[in-house]
Amino acid sequence: MLKLLFHTQLSLGLAQAATVAVTAMIVARLATRRGAPIGREIPFVLLRGLVQILLVGALLALLLRGPWWTSIPMLAVMIFTAASIVRRRVPELPGAYSLSLLCMCAGAGGVITFMTLLGIVEPKITMLIPVGSMVIAQNMNIQSLFLNRFLGEVRSHRGEIESALALGATPEHAAEPYLRASFHASLIPATDNLRSLGIVWIPGIMAGMVLSGSSPVYAALYQFIVLAMIFTAGGLSCLTATYLVPRRIFSPHQQLLQLGS
Amino acid sequence: MNHSVLEAVQLSRALDTSHGSKSLLRDLEFRLERGQVLAVLGPSGAGKSTLLRLLNRLDEPSSGHILLHGKDYREIEPGQLRRQVGMVMQRAYLFPGTASDNIRYGPAQHGVTLSVTQVNDLLEQVGMSGYGDRETATLSGGEAQRISLARALANEPEVLLLDEPTSALDEASKQGVEGLLAAVVRERHATCVWVTHDVAQARRVADLVLQIEAGAAIALGTPQEMLHA
Repeated sequence: MLKLLFHTQLSLGLAQAATVAVTAMIVARLATRRGAPIGREIPFVLLRGLVQILLVGALLALLLRGPWWTSIPMLAVMIFTAASIVRRRVPELPGAYSLSLLCMCAGAGGVITFMTLLGIVEPKITMLIPVGSMVIAQNMNIQSLFLNRFLGEVRSHRGEIESALALGATPEHAAEPYLRASFHASLIPATDNLRSLGIVWIPGIMAGMVLSGSSPVYAALYQFIVLAMIFTAGGLSCLTATYLVPRRIFSPHQQLLQLGS
Repeated sequence: MNHSVLEAVQLSRALDTSHGSKSLLRDLEFRLERGQVLAVLGPSGAGKSTLLRLLNRLDEPSSGHILLHGKDYREIEPGQLRRQVGMVMQRAYLFPGTASDNIRYGPAQHGVTLSVTQVNDLLEQVGMSGYGDRETATLSGGEAQRISLARALANEPEVLLLDEPTSALDEASKQGVEGLLAAVVRERHATCVWVTHDVAQARRVADLVLQIEAGAAIALGTPQEMLHA
């Protein structure tokens, strides 16, 4: 129906966004009447979301005209930003920023580079930025989960870890059960995503490709590729962390440091 | 020159806090010969556990020295030092698995696999014969503390550090574990630092008593000199 009233893609898009926003505000209003205090902030949240995504769209429109290599600094900025977000999740971990940065360079950075060299991700800005950002964002979540869980394990098993040290164990060996548990836990969401792919959910990239006219079978294959990349990047970054993180929580004299809560 | 087995020289530990430096232990001194048992007495927060953590190098002294056979313990690799200076903590902190797995843990860290006979001998020493295959989660507090002692003894330490090893136990287990510890220390002729807040226990087990308060030594002497109540 809106198509009859709006004839350009931009005006149609704005009209569609406004319609959905009004629907959301009606629901929010109903929720407020029912006692859920979300109604007042919804207009602001909707407006903020719209402005943010429009800015990203405008930036992408600019970048898409540039050469493919401009995606490299873009992806690098994403990795630096993601590392700083992970650090905020575990402020008590000494050197959390450099650790996360190293791990994500090994994970997301390594996987994106390798897949691009193999030609699985085409060296085009329209491929590198969306696929790369998905891999980096998920890698960030996996890395946060890993470090958060690991520090929780260390805090609640301080006695066991110090008992192991007191028996002559190396810090790496004393921390090993907790590294293993954290590694496993951090990869559960990525594993579940792969397991439930196509049955429980049809992810965004596939929906987007189908909407833009790609073959559904190719779109499905590509979705699998992206999820497998996310899993691989997450696994690699956590694997790197299992080697690096003991050095951050033990002193050079093999003493477990005091970690804040 | 004949060196003591364990010697603390002006041993201090301070913590840097947001309100400045906080002293946990100040200028503590003692020397122990082979087979001597030093009971460390003092109220909660006096610095007793801090002392044991320093002796096991789980924490670093701010100043002063700890000498093992006359050698500064910082010259010894931490893992090797901790095998020579074993520690039994207030709680057993057993690892998941069986009692035997726990007993084998220490020697396995330097590539030694204890035989079934060796494990059984250790279990017998702590009065736990037949418990080798028991999962540690099924043990009572007293049983777990005995296994924790066997686990420390498996490394054949020259010095044994006991951090209130009976304080978390019920009365019945307390007497049994105390008697066992005293017997094991005597039999092995081990040098021992035994932290307790129980004056009667100190009198029963110690050759020397060190009384500390607010991180400083109040007195050091024999139980007869110190605890003549």
